[in-house]
Amino acid sequence: MSEEEVLRTEHVSKSFGRVTALRDASIRLAKSEVLGLLGDNGAGKSTLLKILTGFHRPTSGKIYFESKEIHLKSVRHARSLGIEPVYQDLALINELSVYRNMFLQREIMYGGPFRILNDRAMRERAKEQLKQMGVNIPSVDVEISKLSGGQRQGIAVARSVYANAKVLLLDEPLAAMGVKESAMILDVIQRLKEKGEVSIIIVAHNYAQIFDFCDRINLLQNGQISFDRRTEDTSVEELTSLVVREYRAARETVLRPTSKTRDGSATGAGS
Amino acid sequence: MASEQSDSSVEREDTAQQSVRQGLVHRVGLSLLHSREASIAIAGIVLVIYFQSTAPAFLSIGNIANLVGYAATTAIIAAGEVMVLICAEVDLSVGQVYALSPFVMYYAHGAGLPFVPAVIVGLLPAALIGLINGLVTVALGIPSFITTLGTLFIINGLTLTISGGFPVAPQAGPLVSNILGGNAISQSVWAVSVMLIFQFTLLKTRWGMHTIATGGNLIGASEVGIKTGFVKIGNFIICSMLGGLAGMLDCFRIGSIDPLAGGTEIMFMAIASAVIGGTLLNGGSGTIVGAFLGAVVLGFLKDGFTLSGVSAYTFDMILGGAILLTMLINVHLSRLRAAGGGR
Repeated sequence: MSEEEVLRTEHVSKSFGRVTALRDASIRLAKSEVLGLLGDNGAGKSTLLKILTGFHRPTSGKIYFESKEIHLKSVRHARSLGIEPVYQDLALINELSVYRNMFLQREIMYGGPFRILNDRAMRERAKEQLKQMGVNIPSVDVEISKLSGGQRQGIAVARSVYANAKVLLLDEPLAAMGVKESAMILDVIQRLKEKGEVSIIIVAHNYAQIFDFCDRINLLQNGQISFDRRTEDTSVEELTSLVVREYRAARETVLRPTSKTRDGSATGAGS
Repeated sequence: MASEQSDSSVEREDTAQQSVRQGLVHRVGLSLLHSREASIAIAGIVLVIYFQSTAPAFLSIGNIANLVGYAATTAIIAAGEVMVLICAEVDLSVGQVYALSPFVMYYAHGAGLPFVPAVIVGLLPAALIGLINGLVTVALGIPSFITTLGTLFIINGLTLTISGGFPVAPQAGPLVSNILGGNAISQSVWAVSVMLIFQFTLLKTRWGMHTIATGGNLIGASEVGIKTGFVKIGNFIICSMLGGLAGMLDCFRIGSIDPLAGGTEIMFMAIASAVIGGTLLNGGSGTIVGAFLGAVVLGFLKDGFTLSGVSAYTFDMILGGAILLTMLINVHLSRLRAAGGGR
């Protein structure tokens, strides 16, 4: 691909004791690209995500960020490079107001030894940022606990973007969300995409919802990338048939454990 | 055209005024509902009216000094306890630190230090105990209830050992003694200053914000990069040092240093003040002003019942009932707040 590359993994694997969660994952992410990382529960999505955020260290394989090999030491390290995760639990504090959550751990303070918060500045910038991104909330002074799931997700995304994220990792951004809420989040993602400043990896198991918003789709099956195609070269139907085929294979394995179905999953256009 | 305009503008002004008036009532109502300190403040006012009507000496200068004696140091300890409670932890050992610190100060003074540096030396073991409470809780993962229960007994034994079990008297001049809590005014100044400083810390500083975040969502706060263990340890140190400070202030008021002073009673009074003031035990929320008012209300109760001749035995029953009742009201109010709170 001719575009500038931001993030790439080569043959990354991860084992926890005897359990292999990730076998051989090679992904790449171009600048301002939206990559949909799809896969069923237990396919290794969250393991790969946690490796990219610096939470887990890979058992083997290499990670490149802006064409340089990196060894992520911690979440903080990944974040300092501009790899910002938005966790499923969102890491928001219910008891704090929206703007304080936006600036958690990057507070704007008056000078001096007591680290007094500059609420006015934080309030203004939070308002501006949320408006720019199309996150609609009644007021930035409201406590997080008073907001809906979609609004919270929007705030978490806005927080990461505000932190000068280069790569945004969205973990199941539409999980447990209503139609209206999903629409708002997808609108936020669309705006980010149009601006083109961040690259986004969306991890999801329900691909129908996010399909149109992705530039490229990767399918993660049994710990490896089994499918990698640009969105315009594939369709929801094709993905469905792939997933169903996997399901059938898995069922056959369960029903006839002695048969040689295990290598059936290694087919596809991956690695 | 011009008159029409002025007419409509008058009309608009009228409705505007009306809405302002309505808004004011509404806003006062809402702020009462919203503010956690409101219910305890109202309880305090009701108690003052009640006790003043039954015992006219209640608001006399002599009795107000008594009231301060009941409430001031409890309020200081309660401020520290609120900081720890917001972290979703608890410090049971603070009442023993209250007894230990004055002895350390007394010996430091006996060794030749002037009183003010001796007070600072007295705060050192308090800080150390807070550090130990925090480290054991955070690093070893022992619930703070157990950690501080252990240090409670250890410190009590330590104080009894170094004092030989006998009380001593601080030999300070009138100036030093008056500054360090020797009279009601100085005690009030200390208590109010501590309240203001820590309410400000809680609401307006990064430390306060991180304390709320740590107690509100421990995992989330650490995912964001807050050093939650550090925050907890810091607040244990703050709580313990405020306990030591309260002990030293009281020894100048009472004029003696007793190895059995304070103890679990003042600790439980401080936690009771925090709780009836509106701080919940689940962490993430709390109010220093509320705890201050809570300590004052408990002081009202204790002093008022003493004046009206209610026996000390009944007092505990009333105190227990008051704690349960205010808790009930607080829980109910916070439910109301959650239901109708969105602005």
